[in-house]
Amino acid sequence: MTGFATAEVIISNDVGLHARPSVKFTKLAKLYPCSVEIALSSEGPWLNAKSIVKVMGAKAPKGTRILLRASGDQSGEAVAALRALVERHFDEGQGDAGPDQA
Amino acid sequence: MKARAMPDLIRLSGRTASPGFAAGPIHIVGEARTSYRPLGSAEAEEAALRQAVAAAAEATADSMRGLDEEAASIIEFQLAMLEDDTFVDASLARIQSGVTAFNAWAKVLDLEVEDYRASDDPYFQARSADLADIRDRVLDILTGAVQQPVPPGAIQVATDMSPSHFLAQDWDKGGGLALRAGSVSSHVSMLARSRGIPALVGIGFGAVPDLAAALLDAESGVLLIHPDEISRTQFDETRGASRAAATAAGRDVDRPASTADGEAVAVMVNIAQPGDVGRIPIGHCDGVGLMRTEFLFGGTHGLPDEATQLDAYLKVLVWAAGKPVTIRSIDAGGDKPVEGLTIAEDNPFLGMRGIRLSLAKPEIFRVQIRALLRAAPRGALKVMLPMVSVPGEIDSALALFAEEAEGLAGRGIAHAMPEIGIMVEVPSVAVTPERFFRAAFLSIGSNDLTQYVLAASRDNAALGALSSAADPAVLRLIGTVAAHGAAAGIEVSLCGDAASDPKLVPLLLAAGLRRLSVAPAQLAAVKAAVRAWSRTSAVVTEGES
Repeated sequence: MTGFATAEVIISNDVGLHARPSVKFTKLAKLYPCSVEIALSSEGPWLNAKSIVKVMGAKAPKGTRILLRASGDQSGEAVAALRALVERHFDEGQGDAGPDQA
Repeated sequence: MKARAMPDLIRLSGRTASPGFAAGPIHIVGEARTSYRPLGSAEAEEAALRQAVAAAAEATADSMRGLDEEAASIIEFQLAMLEDDTFVDASLARIQSGVTAFNAWAKVLDLEVEDYRASDDPYFQARSADLADIRDRVLDILTGAVQQPVPPGAIQVATDMSPSHFLAQDWDKGGGLALRAGSVSSHVSMLARSRGIPALVGIGFGAVPDLAAALLDAESGVLLIHPDEISRTQFDETRGASRAAATAAGRDVDRPASTADGEAVAVMVNIAQPGDVGRIPIGHCDGVGLMRTEFLFGGTHGLPDEATQLDAYLKVLVWAAGKPVTIRSIDAGGDKPVEGLTIAEDNPFLGMRGIRLSLAKPEIFRVQIRALLRAAPRGALKVMLPMVSVPGEIDSALALFAEEAEGLAGRGIAHAMPEIGIMVEVPSVAVTPERFFRAAFLSIGSNDLTQYVLAASRDNAALGALSSAADPAVLRLIGTVAAHGAAAGIEVSLCGDAASDPKLVPLLLAAGLRRLSVAPAQLAAVKAAVRAWSRTSAVVTEGES
């Protein structure tokens, strides 16, 4: 299904969109056939979410609001999956109820 | 003059950074990058760049094998950067305008490094080291700087060596290290000791022919190039005697150590990174007397988040199975700069380092404190503050620990307050230890204590003779601290390099110490030195010195 999807999400893990989170983010984006882009403001610039150089280059610290947009096949799924990853603190285990899962 | 004769024996001496012996060919580690020769066409430059980036990515992927998870995740980031076409595309645009592959890649990455360095956020600032690493790896391949393979068992000669270069070598086939400059307390020296790789520093800048046969006796501090029959025989004898002693000592490495007159001595290990524990059977030591945390912050690693730190601490606590694990809070500054954390200073050893830096940058220290508090319920965790020089620094640190513990409690996160002690490395503490009564334990850092007492910078190879922990002034201070600990009922240990040297162990025991923390490769030798010592032998030792 071809389409277009957008979302926004706040980066809430301590270190922001730095090395490990960016690796996870771009790896996930690459799983989808659609184009996926991120921006720090609606005026852009829009950056390729599949490029770690671009995603890291945004240097988004904790508290940054990022905008997501995708167009093409599975755009809805791509945006939802990426937003969920950010909301889960990139699965970095932070802020959980204890050290047990580490 | 002597065209047919054997090449002359060359004898270079240096300081022992890590004891041991190696016999093998010299390998000169690629020192300066040779200049890049333009290929003549944009197409050829483009092909050269693509090949170099692909080769760098492949080498990076190879280096991930066998690394533990946290180390691998750092390399994975560099790999993702190399596999991303963005830098290549930007370089190709420059190549099309007539620039060489070398200059195009260098310029694109230089701009990126600068951009990260200029960031306000310390986490992003620290990434500039990764970008510089990626830049250099591709440039090295473009200029052929890293194409000579290292022969198995080679004695590698370099001006100095980065920890990542050391770790990238295959040391399983033996070999050794001889650094022209370098320092026994540098990170590469620590790694060599921890892996048991013989290493000398400060051999100087005399001629060393590549591939020449050589013998490295890192116990006597000598590198012999083109050895003759006599020196080979002597080398074999010295090595044989040393191995026999090591084998005899190794037989009892799994038993606790006590002196010849029956006093128990705790022998713990120093570790530089969590991966080290995989090589040490816990039964061979009495816990960890010093776990450094700089590895988490250093070089390409950037500033680690709470979860990364917690993982690292838990890994060691689980391995220790209830034995004490002493983790030192970040000891950056001095000779251990961390991008995004330390401050450039004229005199870094007397500047913002250790606890001073942590208290000046509490936002970074608090992340480490939370990780330590969360790790504490899982073992016998102790936390050690480095570079304390006045009692108020302990109070400030304890207040931060209390605040973060309260915050974790408020969020319902499991945690516990560890014992919090201090390093004794600034003379002010060693002279009046009783003023530092809020410390739960004292651990003497003999390397820094020695450099501060003798006013001799420990990273200066030319001052090597002034860097002995056996100096009577240093031993007097160690004795003062040990006596204070015994009188006040406070545990005192020593975790500097002196504890790893079997020749110094008798002096430390005579000074009153009964807890030593040593390089893992030295456990057997130190235990043997402890077992050979008694109060009666101490009298003789002191009389001789």
